[in-house]
Amino acid sequence: MTEFRTPEQALAGLRRRVLVAGIYVMLCFAVLAARFVYLQVVKYDYFHTRAEDNRIALLPVVPNRGTIVDRNGVVLARNYAAYTLEITPSQVPDLEGTIEALGQIVAIDARDVRRFRKLLEESKRFESVPIRTRLTDEEVARFVARRYLFPGVEVQARLFRDYPQGAVGAHLIGYIGRINERDQQRIEDQGDTANYRGSDYIGRTGLELSYEADLHGTTGVEQVEVNAGGRAVRLMARTPATAGGDLELTLDIELQKVAEAAFGERRGALVAIDPRTGGVLALASLPTFDPNQFVDGISSADWKALNDSPDLPLVNRAIYSTYPPGSTFKPFMALAGLAGGKRTTGQSMPDPGFFNFAGHRFMDDKVGGHGMVDLHKSIVVSCNTYYYQLANDLGIDGIANFMRPLGFGARTGIDIPGEAEGVLPSPEWKRARFRKREQQRWYGGETISVGIGQGYNAYTPLQLANALAAVVNDGKMYRPHLVRHVVGAGSGERRAVEPEPMRELAIEREHLTAVRQALVDVTRSGTGARAFAGAPYSAGGKTGTAQVYSLRGSKYVAGRVAERLRDHSWFIAYAPADDPTIALAVLVENGGFGAQSAAPIARQVIDYHLLGNRLAEPAREDAEGVDDQ
Amino acid sequence: MRIERRFRPMRLLHGLVRPIDPILFGLLLALLGYAFVLMQSASPERLPSLATNTAVALTVMWLAARLSPQRLLSMAFPLYAGGVLLLGAVALFGVSSKGAQRWLDLGVTRIQPSEIMKIAMPLMLAWYFQQREGLIGLREFIGAGLLLAVPVALIVTQPDLGTSLLVAAAGLYVIFFAGLSWKLIVPVVVGGVLAIGAIVGFGDHLCQPEVDWYGLREYQKHRVCTLLDPSQDPLGKGFHIIQSTIAIGSGGVFGKGWMDGTQTHLAFIPERHTDFIFSVLAEEFGLLGTLLLLATYLLLILRGLTITAYAPTLATRLLAGAITMIFFTYAFVNMGMVSGILPVVGVPLPFISYGGTALVTLCLGVGILMSIQRSRVIGKRGAR
Repeated sequence: MTEFRTPEQALAGLRRRVLVAGIYVMLCFAVLAARFVYLQVVKYDYFHTRAEDNRIALLPVVPNRGTIVDRNGVVLARNYAAYTLEITPSQVPDLEGTIEALGQIVAIDARDVRRFRKLLEESKRFESVPIRTRLTDEEVARFVARRYLFPGVEVQARLFRDYPQGAVGAHLIGYIGRINERDQQRIEDQGDTANYRGSDYIGRTGLELSYEADLHGTTGVEQVEVNAGGRAVRLMARTPATAGGDLELTLDIELQKVAEAAFGERRGALVAIDPRTGGVLALASLPTFDPNQFVDGISSADWKALNDSPDLPLVNRAIYSTYPPGSTFKPFMALAGLAGGKRTTGQSMPDPGFFNFAGHRFMDDKVGGHGMVDLHKSIVVSCNTYYYQLANDLGIDGIANFMRPLGFGARTGIDIPGEAEGVLPSPEWKRARFRKREQQRWYGGETISVGIGQGYNAYTPLQLANALAAVVNDGKMYRPHLVRHVVGAGSGERRAVEPEPMRELAIEREHLTAVRQALVDVTRSGTGARAFAGAPYSAGGKTGTAQVYSLRGSKYVAGRVAERLRDHSWFIAYAPADDPTIALAVLVENGGFGAQSAAPIARQVIDYHLLGNRLAEPAREDAEGVDDQ
Repeated sequence: MRIERRFRPMRLLHGLVRPIDPILFGLLLALLGYAFVLMQSASPERLPSLATNTAVALTVMWLAARLSPQRLLSMAFPLYAGGVLLLGAVALFGVSSKGAQRWLDLGVTRIQPSEIMKIAMPLMLAWYFQQREGLIGLREFIGAGLLLAVPVALIVTQPDLGTSLLVAAAGLYVIFFAGLSWKLIVPVVVGGVLAIGAIVGFGDHLCQPEVDWYGLREYQKHRVCTLLDPSQDPLGKGFHIIQSTIAIGSGGVFGKGWMDGTQTHLAFIPERHTDFIFSVLAEEFGLLGTLLLLATYLLLILRGLTITAYAPTLATRLLAGAITMIFFTYAFVNMGMVSGILPVVGVPLPFISYGGTALVTLCLGVGILMSIQRSRVIGKRGAR
């Protein structure tokens, strides 16, 4: 087995092996050199890109959300900076223990923990998730002193949304909420994913939702160098965010407050429009709620309370709830009669106190009737018989065709979401609405009910206010809107929203004048006279009562009907009579007769609007108001 | 003689310089120079301790170079025996770190006895074969194999695959140069190549979690499997290899420039001052830098092989050859693993990776080479 025998042979053998070793070394190094050439020359572009991808991260710069101010610059929605305590789950080995230990330092209640868990499910492991928001300065100081105990937990300065007016105007301002999975889906569908990178909140209702695109702004980008741990170490380039545009409203928040206060504890809605532009001055829905409780995710108890309340505080009654207009429909019916040539202003007819149709007796509310009634008187005293007759003469199609351009039974296009269509009854509507053959048929008697604003009629307070605004603005109808300008944050550029004409109604001036004169006399000597007694301006108005409970044959006695079954009280009004700057519709749910509870509210709102008078108390119910349907 | 007693500064300098082989020393200084340049980029806070380590290592080198090879070989048995005893002590009382028990805490400092074996092993085997010169047969090779197996087994169980590989390699190189029959070497090499080929070929199956690799720890299995397919686990075990190949590849021909390596400075390269320092070099100095380093190692190894070929005695030949090939093994395994053609086994880049024990061991090896080179010159002079 011995390879090398003599020392000479041994040396020669060893030298051969040294040579073999040398060749082996060079071969191995050649392999390495080839590998280096492959990596550094052949695949250079690939690895170069990989290295760049490694080190450069694009971080979103979230824009500040635009603010919302009323027509006088009063702030309705704004941002404020506050500290949040945030946990990055991927950096925290023991989440439960950490939360418990944090609870020793700052107050963390069960609700915070529940919200944290919910957010945790929706977020990625390396994103920080807030466990507590709005830390006090003292809490921040306490945590910072013990920060070293909590790797992966940080205090962040964040912007929060605040609604300083609280519950006032909550329905129209709306609120924002944390972006959830459904929002995320919607954002993706709209192709806005890039712009919402880094954004936590999105508009949920009201203006916050409808003007989301303006309010959100444009997300900026920071190009940063990151280390292997994902931490930004150097800013390389920056495209600043463009803050969201500010909304300047047509709304007068003080008028809104007056309106809401005037309702007191009662439920209902009020819409006040500037007829000259369509700008909404006040849009109240009572009861209301505090939008601030939604910003951080509402607790389930609060949500249950709001959602299950029989008063439906979350419903925006002004644009979503529909009611029969009652007698407030009569001025529009009068215009229809004049326009259709069925009535003239001078024509009078006797009112025996009832109208017989197809064997059914439709009653006037004044026993024995109003005597001889012309168009003017029919509005001032709110005579039903006149309109039974007129409806019969016009026919349901005549009524529907006249009312449609006034916006009844169609969305007005106001710039907040959730508007209801309402129902402008017609034979076509009935066919589409009902499935059974006999139900689909239109009966002549139904036309009679429609003529006095009952029956299938169902309109939103907004539709009624907007129709009135068009009538008192010489037939020019504007799209009702809440936002006057969108102000670009950086540029200060003002994008005007108003006025946006919808249509010009083909109604003759004399007809409008005749009806408006009658409406003015309603507040002087008619059904609204008590509410407007002593007003230093002239106003036009009309009372109305929407039937809730159908009383077959028996006389309606308010006290005998359960509160929820009492009639809804309407009042529509405008002022000043000659050159109106405000047109409004007030509805008080279960408020009884229109003159009784709705008219005093209208008076307070107009008083404030024209005179600046302010009654810091609910409008009194006028118990002796004229009995009126 | 009178002249010699006088204070002669040139003579003193000569005495200092005489043991040193200028070629080896020049190449060593070049490598240490790289180490400082790269450390400045990879981990500047370690420069002072790198300087200390270097000073200690150079002193050890100089001391070794001053001794004759015979003196060195006379220390072979005590060093080897002591080393084995210390390894036994580590197994019994060692300090654990990162899941492996490798260190012995001496109170003042921690030492890693397995490092000693890197030099003690070839020294021991060279001495052993020297004792049997002229009689070397199968029995001697079996004896050498046993001498090799005991410490390697102790190191494997620590577990420290990288060091046991190097110690085993050191011993095997001695056996190779001692003249083990090609009839034995060739089948082993072929078998090894086939085994590696099989692992690469059937990697997917072998890397299934339920497959147990007899004799290897789970982390070692992971390292091999990760090498086969780093993308399987990009954030876990594949991270090292992926990031270091990105660093190397993105260096291109000319590199990103000193201190400008993004992979290095943004901490994407793991262990960038120790085992993976090569990727710092490749990233910042490009292909030119890597080839220059390769050339430096090649020259160092060729110098070592030349010294081997002309060494005066059997023991010095075996020792020089083994030490030289250890340098090669270090360099090849490290650069191979960092560039993704060998598994990550924890072998440092010789003379450059940060680590005092390894640097001292390597410089001791250089010193031994210098001692052997000098003995050959003295031998020649004596012959003349």
